[in-house]
Amino acid sequence: MAELNVDLVAADRKVWSGAAHEVSAPSMEGQVGIRAGHTPILAVLRPGTVKVSTTQATAVEAHVTGGFISVDSDLVTIVVDEISELSGREPALH
Amino acid sequence: MAGGSQRVYKQRIKSTQSLKKMFRAQELIAASRIGKARSRTAAAAPYEKAITRAVSAVATHTSTQHPLTSERTDTNRVAVLVISSDRGMAGSYSASIVRETERLVAQLQGEGKEVDLYAAGRRAISYYGYRGRALKAEWSYGSDNPQADVAGEIADTLLGAFLAPAAEGGVGELHVVYTQFVNMVTQRPRVVRMLPLEVVEGVAVPGEHEALPLYDFEPSPEVVLDSLLPRYVRSRIFSFMLDAAASELAARQRAMHTATDNAEDLIRTYTRLANQARQADITQEISEIVSGADALAAS
Repeated sequence: MAELNVDLVAADRKVWSGAAHEVSAPSMEGQVGIRAGHTPILAVLRPGTVKVSTTQATAVEAHVTGGFISVDSDLVTIVVDEISELSGREPALH
Repeated sequence: MAGGSQRVYKQRIKSTQSLKKMFRAQELIAASRIGKARSRTAAAAPYEKAITRAVSAVATHTSTQHPLTSERTDTNRVAVLVISSDRGMAGSYSASIVRETERLVAQLQGEGKEVDLYAAGRRAISYYGYRGRALKAEWSYGSDNPQADVAGEIADTLLGAFLAPAAEGGVGELHVVYTQFVNMVTQRPRVVRMLPLEVVEGVAVPGEHEALPLYDFEPSPEVVLDSLLPRYVRSRIFSFMLDAAASELAARQRAMHTATDNAEDLIRTYTRLANQARQADITQEISEIVSGADALAAS
């Protein structure tokens, strides 16, 4: 199955990065769910929970205060202003 | 009289030695913080890259006009933000950033514009405060370790000024003066025109062999742009501040290194002078004794 490459970045650091099969994020008008092969989209996020289901059947959840998400040929970039809480797998960086 | 000048030299040696210790400590502190400052610059890069990419995606695929990208003709006020340091002991760092600002202000005034000054960092604040020149706003924020929320505050204030009506002191342009970190030995004062935004920059994302895809915008291109552009400004200002912090620390390290070297030179010179004075005192004493004995023998 095709995978998504997800980058979750905050203003001062890269929070999480890795492969995932599904991303769910709170958009202005509801909730966007993204799987591989999604059409390119740029959506503004409202405060809420971003959920990244990784390929190892674990999930990373982050409470965000706002930001945006961009999807482009299975490359998902979630840009958030501030992350108040991060749960699930530890940040895969450094 | 004997020993008088010796004592003076010894005092000077002592005080120079303690100064040298301070310079050395400052040098080491700056050196240890530079690495951190540079890694913070690197850590903020993904965010800036993502936001720049998104902004250029919106800009290339929509013809949406936005207040932040359009020139204002209703006011001849311009804002200048100077990013300086909180503390001195950094050689010519503060002086050169202020000089660059003064040059820019003179140039803008020569073009018939009124300049509103915004200052970040205590050195710039006290420079203008001492000369009685009004600052629109000032921030002293711990310039060698800037935080994203201060950058957000600065950006929001400046965006507010840019979007304000002309009658309420709205400005038509925003220039930022900061110090660009080129490498450990070179830091350059740099002027950037921040607003109105020129989104053309960064449209050609480096390393991208294909055109940017056609995006769906949710809820609408206007709303996306509305939310993106202020974030873009914030992230740019934050990255300027991080760059300025790295420059400040590099400048301080270099200045303190030179100061330590100079202190060593001074100590060497004073030691020689003290030795000379001691030798002169001894010579004088001997000749006094000898001539005294001569006088006694002759009588």
